[in-house]
Amino acid sequence: MAIGKNVITITELTRQIKFSLESSFPRVWVEGEISNFKQHTSGHLYFTLKDEGAQLSALMWRSRVANLVFQPEDGMKVIVRGSITVYPPRGNYQLDVDQLQPIGLGELQLAFERLKQKLDAEGLFNPEHKKPIPEYPERIGLITSETGAALQDIRSVLSRRQPSVDVVLAAVRVQGAGAAEEIADAINSMNQYGGIDVLIVGRGGGSLEDLWAFNEEVVARAMYASKIPIISAVGHEIDFSIADFVADLRAPTPSAAAELVVRDRTEFLEDIGNLCYTMRGALEEQLFRLRERTSSVMTSYSFNRPKDLVREFSQRVDELERSLDISFAHGTQLVHQKYNSLQQQLQALNPSGVLKRGYAIIRKTGRIISSANVLGVGDKADIQFHNGIVGVEVKQGHEL
Amino acid sequence: MTAKKTAKNSLESSLKRLEDIVEELERGETPLDDAMMLYEEGVRISKECADKLKAAELKIKKLSKEIDGQFTLTESDEV
Repeated sequence: MAIGKNVITITELTRQIKFSLESSFPRVWVEGEISNFKQHTSGHLYFTLKDEGAQLSALMWRSRVANLVFQPEDGMKVIVRGSITVYPPRGNYQLDVDQLQPIGLGELQLAFERLKQKLDAEGLFNPEHKKPIPEYPERIGLITSETGAALQDIRSVLSRRQPSVDVVLAAVRVQGAGAAEEIADAINSMNQYGGIDVLIVGRGGGSLEDLWAFNEEVVARAMYASKIPIISAVGHEIDFSIADFVADLRAPTPSAAAELVVRDRTEFLEDIGNLCYTMRGALEEQLFRLRERTSSVMTSYSFNRPKDLVREFSQRVDELERSLDISFAHGTQLVHQKYNSLQQQLQALNPSGVLKRGYAIIRKTGRIISSANVLGVGDKADIQFHNGIVGVEVKQGHEL
Repeated sequence: MTAKKTAKNSLESSLKRLEDIVEELERGETPLDDAMMLYEEGVRISKECADKLKAAELKIKKLSKEIDGQFTLTESDEV
């Protein structure tokens, strides 16, 4: 019998099916309409995805439900991401959903508003969190599609205005499934890589669906966490994206972002020229002031006073010398004459010389007597001669 | 003096330094010798800035992250 040769258990078959299915569909994006939507008390979501031809059981675990920005309902068209899993006890397969996005303007708008409110409440748009954009960035990180218009626009603006900057491009998909994650990863990578002064994150214009990646939470959170200042440049002049609210600066288009991020080099060169001019002017003024001060000091009275004194002094010395020369001979002669005459006067005044010529000095009790009426009869006196003293007594006297 | 400091600095800090020098000189309180040195430094910085600004075509490099987490930069010349 053929039967029995390859008989396996249901468990074994299911195990093989499980392995085969799960390894074939580890991650799929599918589009469909929600039906039989149930939110279990556990918080997990159970629903069916269907289109005209088929249906697919789906579940979303509570931990992932927390990231939903809208309330799924029956009849809502959605795009979901997930993996196929097989549930052996029931023998069915299902989609384990990790992302759920609504399709269509109404739902997208709704999702946008919900996420905006949520992030705003969390403080992701707070002005005080915004980082200043560096005035003169030298290395600009660019997160956009390698094939999109944004790269070309930015390239041409930078080439014209400031080609000395370096641009580091992180090429990402900017629309479709997985774009938001790529953008968020690129923001993280730029931060890890380092040395980037400012980031431009964006893409050229498109429909709301095309721009949707910039409205996703994962992008918003990566932007908020970035240490590098970010300029959002989502090519839609009128509408704001979530990324615009979180970014440190919002540019309406990629070209505008490039204009904002670098200064025109001619302007820059002009500034440098002006600074040089001012610098030279300041130095010249300083030199001028110093020159003025020097000359005012040179001509000042006090500065010239010592010089005058020296001149006067030397003039006087000259004069003195001259008069000295003229009078020297005469001078010595005069001194001699004066000396002789003084000596003679000195001789004449010497008392002992006078006593020799016959004069005498009379003293009464030691005092010199120079008048006759000081002495009365009977007074005793001493008479000093040049060679001795004799005592006398007054006998008589009369005035002359 | 900080004459050597700006040698390899960025455009931004060079410009800041230049502005500082101008301010210092405008105050006019710096001794002449120092003022002359500042002026020379300023001229040098402005020349460096200008050379840097005038140099080069725009360079775009592509950043990619390897499996081991290392980053590589490659020239991205295709338009």
